[in-house]
Amino acid sequence: MNVSQHMSDKARKHLKSRYAKERRFRFYGLSAVLFAIASLGWLLLSLFATGLTAFQEHYVTLEAEMTVSAFAPPDQRSVETLRIADYKSIVENAIEAKFPDVRTAGEKDLLFALISESGATDHLRKRVVRNPDIIGSKIVMTVPTSDQVDQLLKGHIDRNVPEARRQISDQQILWLDDLRARGAIKKKFNSILFFNPDSRDPELAGIASAAVGSVMIVIIAFILALPIGVGAAIYLDEFAPRNRLRDWVEININNLAAVPSIIFGLLGLAVFINIFGFQRSIPLVGGMVLALRAFPTIVIATRAALRSVSPAMVDGALSLGASHVQAVFQQKVPQAMPGILTGSIVSMALVLGETAPLLMIGMVAFVTEIPTTVTDPATALPVQIFLWSESPERAWSERTAAAILILLAILMTMNALAIWLRSRLGKRR
Amino acid sequence: MTDKIKFKCRNVRVQYGDLEALHGIDIDIADRGVTAFIGPSGCGKSTFLRAFNRMNETIGGAKFSGQILMDGEDIYDPSLDPVLLRARVGMVFQKPNPFPKSIYDNVAYGPRIHGLTETQAELDSLVEKSLRRAGLWEEVKDRLTEQGTDLSGGQQQRLVIARAIAISPEVILMDEPASALDPIATARLEALIEELKTRYCIIIVTHSMAQAARVSDKTAFFYEGDLIEYDDTEKIFTNPDNQRTQDYITGRTG
Ligand SMILES: Nc1ncnc2c1ncn2[C@@H]1O[C@H](COP(=O)(O)OP(=O)(O)OP(=O)(O)O)[C@@H](O)[C@H]1O
Ligand SMILES: [Mg+2]
Repeated sequence: MNVSQHMSDKARKHLKSRYAKERRFRFYGLSAVLFAIASLGWLLLSLFATGLTAFQEHYVTLEAEMTVSAFAPPDQRSVETLRIADYKSIVENAIEAKFPDVRTAGEKDLLFALISESGATDHLRKRVVRNPDIIGSKIVMTVPTSDQVDQLLKGHIDRNVPEARRQISDQQILWLDDLRARGAIKKKFNSILFFNPDSRDPELAGIASAAVGSVMIVIIAFILALPIGVGAAIYLDEFAPRNRLRDWVEININNLAAVPSIIFGLLGLAVFINIFGFQRSIPLVGGMVLALRAFPTIVIATRAALRSVSPAMVDGALSLGASHVQAVFQQKVPQAMPGILTGSIVSMALVLGETAPLLMIGMVAFVTEIPTTVTDPATALPVQIFLWSESPERAWSERTAAAILILLAILMTMNALAIWLRSRLGKRR
Repeated sequence: MTDKIKFKCRNVRVQYGDLEALHGIDIDIADRGVTAFIGPSGCGKSTFLRAFNRMNETIGGAKFSGQILMDGEDIYDPSLDPVLLRARVGMVFQKPNPFPKSIYDNVAYGPRIHGLTETQAELDSLVEKSLRRAGLWEEVKDRLTEQGTDLSGGQQQRLVIARAIAISPEVILMDEPASALDPIATARLEALIEELKTRYCIIIVTHSMAQAARVSDKTAFFYEGDLIEYDDTEKIFTNPDNQRTQDYITGRTG
């Protein structure tokens, strides 16, 4: 027997089992990845299926007679009186003008219900306040349809089910078809969703107040957490004496990163609102609370980035007579910058998606004004989503899904930015 | 070669925690010329080298005792700032470590932090002079704005030397400067050391017997934290007094 022991049957069998092991491992890995992709795909698909239609809305075009009698007499006209004019009757007349043979009050109500009442009256009010000269003339206005009509036209309400089981009557459907045949109904991009604050009427609800609130929160959290976090990380890694206290601080910062975020909300409620007396529901408090949330993440990311810088760079600077501070800030920190930035952006994405702590500090209010300062009541995007998701109507679930898509798009953009920054700044080394 | 002494070391001990890496070294190092430190891995050559610019202090847990006099002045005097010492005692590391900046900024880094030049023109000429001395000027004069890290290993090592001599040190410490270089780059580096030794006191750690024999005037052989033999290089490589030295240079221990 002169066969090498690597060529024996036993060795061959062993080799075969090694390959089998490798194939099995690859199969497990691949299935895990596929499962993850499939889950994500399913999530996105169902969001798109529900939410995509919310990006368009149906509008009806009417001719409105701006009857002088609906307004205060000319000598008493001011922004105040113009605001409280009888716009409702103007709108009613405008829609009735389209259907002259509708006579009874009940029928008129049904007809009027086709359009968004607040949508139409707000539209007129804004135009009149901007330009009171249109009083007395006839104007063309394009206003949102009511949410029921919008849903019907989008096909989300089945016109074939018995009348009693839908909120829109056969007669209303006939009128709608008539309006459509006359070209008075159009489907347009739903700018309301982006530029309006929240509303009780789904066709008028938008994410603007929440988005502005979120931007304010993220900026405040960034301004507070970034310098403190980066500073703390640099101090801990480079300058703090290596002793028990430092270890203790380090452990607790790591623990902080693992604290459930709702605890930060409780802390914010107890400290910022109850002790310092800040108002509830304001972005300033939200930003401060979420700065606490982002702080440990930024510290951890910064320290990882600092450690990935080759010690040879610091040695090089020290050997040239740089002081410790110079070596750290002229060599180490600049080289860690891509990592620090990436970590910060990721932590800001975390802040943007955070909901629970904001609930604790009362940022769940129904906000119908776009906040202009950091002490105006506001909500945040995820909270807005949470609020809308509580309404079961199709018009709301569609907008909820659309808002989730918008939030996801922003988060993905932030993450893409982080990746891009890392690879770009990394290349320059 | 003058007989002037640059460093007088007496009973130098360095401890890392409980481990004593150097057990009391006494040595005098000449003011001009090249002194080579040789010895098996782990014998304490790098540790000793770092004692000359107090770089050991940047390593947590390293403790120094004994005395090193530089031109008669105790470099471990608490009143002496290591930052100033390191401006006078430059260092070149085993792996070339240019900063991820332009070639120009690499060389200008030292002069800038020490405020050695007043005007841009002065700095420009200092950078050029340093690069010329390091034998790199001709190769990089048209690409001073390129990244120092984009140069070849041998060029990087010469860049690092240019960076060190830009602040006009009196001493250059080199820890295995050629170990990451190919033979041609090594030959250039050795030629450079040959040139620099007329102006600077150079201490070089090397694992190459041939290199030590070629470039150095004096050679010190270390073994397990002790200085075994220190003499003219020629003497060490032809007729050492100590059997251990003999064994090491002939390759019987390593
Ligand atoms: N930072 C450190 N912390 C703890 N021990 C160290 C440290 N640096 C070196 N030592 C120890 O000190 C002794 C001498 O190390 P040193 O690096 O000076 O040897 P060397 O002669 O330079 O070796 P080589 O030729 O491999 O570079 C070794 O036992 C080493 O393990
Ligand atoms: Mg060494």
